[in-house]
Amino acid sequence: MAMLEVTDLGISFGGLRAVDALNMSIEKGGLVGLIGPNGAGKTTVFNMLTGVYRPTDGGIRLDGQNLVGVNPQKISHMGVARTFQNIRLFSGMSVLDNVKVGFDYSVRYPLVDSFLHIGSYRKREREMDERAIDILKEFDLDRQYDYKASNLPYGKQRKLEIARALATNPKLLLLDEPAAGMNPQETGELMETIQHVRKKYGVTILLIEHDMKLVSGICEYIYVLNFGRELAKGKPADVLNNPEVITAYLGE
Amino acid sequence: MLQKKKFSDYSRSCIVTYAIVIAAFIIISVLKTMGMLSSLLSGLLVPVCAYIVAAIALNLTVGIMGELSLGHAGFMSVGCFSGVLVAQSLADVIPFAPVRLVVAMVIGALLAGVMGIIIGVPALRLKGDYLAIVTLAFGEIIKNLMQCVYVGKDVNGLHFGMKDQMALGMDAATGKMLINGPMGTVSVTKISTFTSGFVLILITLFLVFNFMNSRTGRAVMALRDNRIAAESVGIHSTKVKLIAFLFSAMLAGAAGALYGLNYSSIGPVKFDYNTSILILVFVVLGGIGNMRGSIIAAAILTVLPEMLREFSDYRMLAYAILLIVMMLANNSKFKKNFMEKRNLKQLERKEAAARKEATEHGNA
Repeated sequence: MAMLEVTDLGISFGGLRAVDALNMSIEKGGLVGLIGPNGAGKTTVFNMLTGVYRPTDGGIRLDGQNLVGVNPQKISHMGVARTFQNIRLFSGMSVLDNVKVGFDYSVRYPLVDSFLHIGSYRKREREMDERAIDILKEFDLDRQYDYKASNLPYGKQRKLEIARALATNPKLLLLDEPAAGMNPQETGELMETIQHVRKKYGVTILLIEHDMKLVSGICEYIYVLNFGRELAKGKPADVLNNPEVITAYLGE
Repeated sequence: MLQKKKFSDYSRSCIVTYAIVIAAFIIISVLKTMGMLSSLLSGLLVPVCAYIVAAIALNLTVGIMGELSLGHAGFMSVGCFSGVLVAQSLADVIPFAPVRLVVAMVIGALLAGVMGIIIGVPALRLKGDYLAIVTLAFGEIIKNLMQCVYVGKDVNGLHFGMKDQMALGMDAATGKMLINGPMGTVSVTKISTFTSGFVLILITLFLVFNFMNSRTGRAVMALRDNRIAAESVGIHSTKVKLIAFLFSAMLAGAAGALYGLNYSSIGPVKFDYNTSILILVFVVLGGIGNMRGSIIAAAILTVLPEMLREFSDYRMLAYAILLIVMMLANNSKFKKNFMEKRNLKQLERKEAAARKEATEHGNA
């Protein structure tokens, strides 16, 4: 059975049908792309997968567990992490602390230790620091660990979001336009990093992207959305040469 | 390399704050023993300490949690009356005043904490202005409620009532009022001292700084910076916010107990809307999220109106003008330039260090 099973997923906002009858199935360890023109409903799908929106119909199952109607933090605990299209970092906090927030569920100590810094506080904090630095190294952010997140350049902020998502130890990682605003060289580096991280942390990745070089370069399978409906799916080479997909992107 | 440098900026800032508080305490104590402090000023020392703790408590809600509370005087009120009640009724059991004071502050903090939960559970689901309105209403409710609480003590023990003094039915010979409705606390033995206030400030700072640098503290700040992102990494927003609000209320309660035990009599009207706003002014003027700023602002703005007494009728006018001048100065181009330069320098320093490390790394 596939890791993520999406069946007949749909959501309406008033009279607007943002996503309709979407079916997706992602195998464990896969790297899948979700593409489509602006306003096709891609981010809405992410918001439904992470519990930000509650779908009006259809089902979502992660390793057989239902995700519909579960609140965002529970879904995170179940192993889904995401990044955001418009960067949502904890801007007032340091790079290191941004990642450490991601450990909130996995590395814990009692509240008393938080106030008095006794007991397991030191040990757990050190553990978090080490793991956070390990993750930051993957994104070449470890030397800037004490920077305020908002002081990082744009491309690095995007990377920090991925690092923070990885800190939650996810099974499924959802990347919303990870390469937006990056130059071709940065995009190239990002592709390598995504591949590497996927192997190292054993995550399954679903990503939204407009950069076709990235999509065709690393995705093994692609779903194309248009007006909230599935337009095509398949291997990158087939999908990107599909005349319908080209029409949807470029117009008649 | 990481262990050594970790949180260097952060711990430096904490140490500076502790140093300022301790230095101020030593200087004032010396001045006091040398008799160089006017009676007016030495009378203000305990209230200043109480307001500093209350300001830190509110800064926790406003600066760290990012929610506006206009009811912190209410928590002080609960702490004050319960603390005074405990201290007064335990006068025979615990003759040693400092211990009695500690017990009073702990009980005051606990009861304020209970109130914090009662208010927090429904109110923290609200955001922004709505939370402010609910906490504002809470402050007023506490004030009005306290005006009809009557507590007396006689040989038979404590008597509670909500009607009047007569309705308590106390033994006429030994009966003594502890809390007398709108009059508030009556004939309190003053056991708050400057030293106890100083210790309370230190404990508060210790707990607050530890909290800010812990798992729960980071979660609270993450929620403040971006709620959706924080929930997406698995943070339980209601629970974490409730912990921070409870903590804030408890600190305000302890401050209230310290404050109440410094006056022989204090009425519930003291802890009204104006006091809540006063504490908020300390926080805003000292810098939202900046604990050291809160301490300095609370100290200056508590002493200032008393210093301005010689202006008599124009006192509040002068106070208002000074407030505006301080705000302008805080917002001036000069200060902005200065801060910008400082930030830039810090950034450059960090970048240089990172580069140096990178080259060393490359060589090795």
